[in-house]
Amino acid sequence: MKDIKPAILLFIIFTIICGGIYPAVVTGLAYAIFPKQAKGSFITNKNGTVIGSTLIGQPFSDTKYFWPRPSATSDFGFNAMASGGSNAGPTNPDYLKTVSDRVKMLRDTGVTGNIPADLVQASASGLDPHITPESALLQVPRVAKARGISEDVLVKAVAQATEEHQFGFLGEPRVNVLELNLELNRL
Amino acid sequence: MNTSEWLQTILFFVVLVALVKPLGGFMAKVFQGEHTFLSPVLVPCEKLLYRISGVNPEDEMGWKRYAGSMLLFNLVLFFGLFAMLMSQHLLPLNPQKVPAFTWQLALNTAVSFTTNTNWQAYVGEQAVSYFTQMVGLTVHNFVSAATGIVIAIAVIRGFVRRKTSMLGNFWVDTTRCTLYILLPISIILSLALISQGVIQNFSAYKTVPLIQATNYDKPKIDDKGNPIKDAADKAVTENIIVKEVSIPMGPVASQEAIKELGTNGGGFFNANSAHPFENPTPFSNFIEIMLILLIPGALTCTFGVMVGNSRQGWMLLGVMLFILIASFGVLQWAESSGNPLVAKLGVQSINMEGKEVRFGMAGSNLFTVATTGTSCGAVNSMHDSLTPIGGMMPLSLILLGEIIFGGVGSGLYTMLSFAIIAVFVSGLMIGRTPEYLGKKIEVREMWMSILVILTAGVTVLILSGIAMITPQATASMANPGAHGLSEVLYALASMANNNGSAFAGLNANVNFYNLFGSMAMTIGRYVPAIAVLAMAGSLAEKKYIPPSLGTLPTDKAPFALWLTLVILIVGALTFFPALALGPIVEHLQMMGAYPLPASP
Repeated sequence: MKDIKPAILLFIIFTIICGGIYPAVVTGLAYAIFPKQAKGSFITNKNGTVIGSTLIGQPFSDTKYFWPRPSATSDFGFNAMASGGSNAGPTNPDYLKTVSDRVKMLRDTGVTGNIPADLVQASASGLDPHITPESALLQVPRVAKARGISEDVLVKAVAQATEEHQFGFLGEPRVNVLELNLELNRL
Repeated sequence: MNTSEWLQTILFFVVLVALVKPLGGFMAKVFQGEHTFLSPVLVPCEKLLYRISGVNPEDEMGWKRYAGSMLLFNLVLFFGLFAMLMSQHLLPLNPQKVPAFTWQLALNTAVSFTTNTNWQAYVGEQAVSYFTQMVGLTVHNFVSAATGIVIAIAVIRGFVRRKTSMLGNFWVDTTRCTLYILLPISIILSLALISQGVIQNFSAYKTVPLIQATNYDKPKIDDKGNPIKDAADKAVTENIIVKEVSIPMGPVASQEAIKELGTNGGGFFNANSAHPFENPTPFSNFIEIMLILLIPGALTCTFGVMVGNSRQGWMLLGVMLFILIASFGVLQWAESSGNPLVAKLGVQSINMEGKEVRFGMAGSNLFTVATTGTSCGAVNSMHDSLTPIGGMMPLSLILLGEIIFGGVGSGLYTMLSFAIIAVFVSGLMIGRTPEYLGKKIEVREMWMSILVILTAGVTVLILSGIAMITPQATASMANPGAHGLSEVLYALASMANNNGSAFAGLNANVNFYNLFGSMAMTIGRYVPAIAVLAMAGSLAEKKYIPPSLGTLPTDKAPFALWLTLVILIVGALTFFPALALGPIVEHLQMMGAYPLPASP
């Protein structure tokens, strides 16, 4: 029974150290060294108003914008208050119907050939800010037509927005859809 | 796999193996009370903590007192968190004004974080205040990990010590583990994660205007909260236009680092490590997978150093690496082959449902096997959406008993129980008295090892059986047919083995899963822990028998192979029928051998 005292006191002490001092120290160091990242990697416009985060995708469905990946967040796609995936299983008929509808929507905009998987299958977070470069290039004709600008300009914009493998070999090449669309609005 | 996938996977394992020896050696020094480079700073802190809390560091404990202290401490942890979850609306640092948990969910969550499971039946960004995340959940991430590690250390002492009943001091081990190992690594690596974009702040959620407004149909609800239906019994909806979204904030990085390092796995956000604020880049992903495997891997070396034969540790690490890499290979193959039912629609044949573009195939799949081979349970892709054979890999790794690296500490002590079974069976086959590390394996050790390796499996099978005849449990399934069974099996396996990941379509916030789940987590954590400490107590009292010509060498390749076979045979005998009804049937459906299930 002499172990009751350390059980309670060590719980309190660890709560102060691990729950108070540790996060406070990390926050202090983060604000000193990486303030932008610690606050959420937000993008501001010329007036200094926050217009989004580079890390959190936004929904786009207008033909004049590049479309992001499908998002299965509840209420509406890219709802940052309800991150998550579809959790649909591979043999679920409702899921197969959803994918087939997405394929049809792309075919209706004139897309032919094999469609990259990321463009018709929902992301894990529902907030994935990226698509593959193939998925971006596939949308160039549609966006060019909607905006009345040449495809070459858009191909160049996609190439500029493409992030390669990190350090040359980590992860996959990707295009940040929000940044690309913001760039289009500036063209 | 393409070149970069090969490169990042190989580099990952090279770095991991390179870190095992320095960290494992360091941990051995910490637990043997030797001088380390952190001692000048931490020894005074340690002494102060002991003085305040009334701990005599020289006071050695027998196995019963060691286990008793562990249980007492965990009971205090449980009640502390339970009280906090029930009263978070009254506590500070709650800018979103989130309400208290229901008692069923609070019970489940408090058990879940105390047992190092981190099963989450709530949505983090909606249900938990910053205060609870930081002062409650983060603290449990540290101390539940420390609990697991120190039990493993006590078990190692059982092998090392001779003719004594003493296994060390629980309070000293827990304090050292937290101060010397968990905190320093967490501080450094949370900063590394922040550099990649993981957030760390206390701001209120940020409202951001959308570039293009979006809209959705919201079901109308009457005053009593019931959906309004029209004459044709269809739900009445109104179209809501969304012009801005709230982006959640919080002290994420400090929790992220220990979440992986302590194989806890409880995400700050619902999407866990798939959320861009928890895991923003391929490099942060690399760090997080490394953190998951780091301590369980290094503990094999700590074990080798402490028993005075480092090859014993390398042998265990080899078995773990072999099964982990093989599972990764199967998962990578299954996911890259994709879903033929989707490919038929004119889509590229890889499975990207529930995966993030930045991690790609290899980055998602490596995370998946690491998080389920250990008892971490964080996810960076949604396991529910894996292909059937793909999804069977994380499920099988959990069902094997969390030994392929396993939870911090718990992985090692469960693996040691498997080694004892392997020694015993081979001893029977060659007609020798079984010995392991110079200690005779007798009836008591066998009983305890059996308890350690079978408790979780029996719990899973019994509870899955009960679930299948409970309407509330089956109504929670999100997918029809065989996949629904996989969801339930995965949920109960995950809780009983203290993993915490899920086939997350399953609606787990109902009484069945909250209450039976709490029971499964408690049994799965404490029955093996007490059994293994009892075994350590009896091993410590035995005398040392020097190896002779008749001793089976347990530090050589043949024994590693034998141990691998024992693990796989025990796993297959226990779970093959259940797996056949779930993932295997679903695979045959996906390949067209059987018709698809009806829409739910």
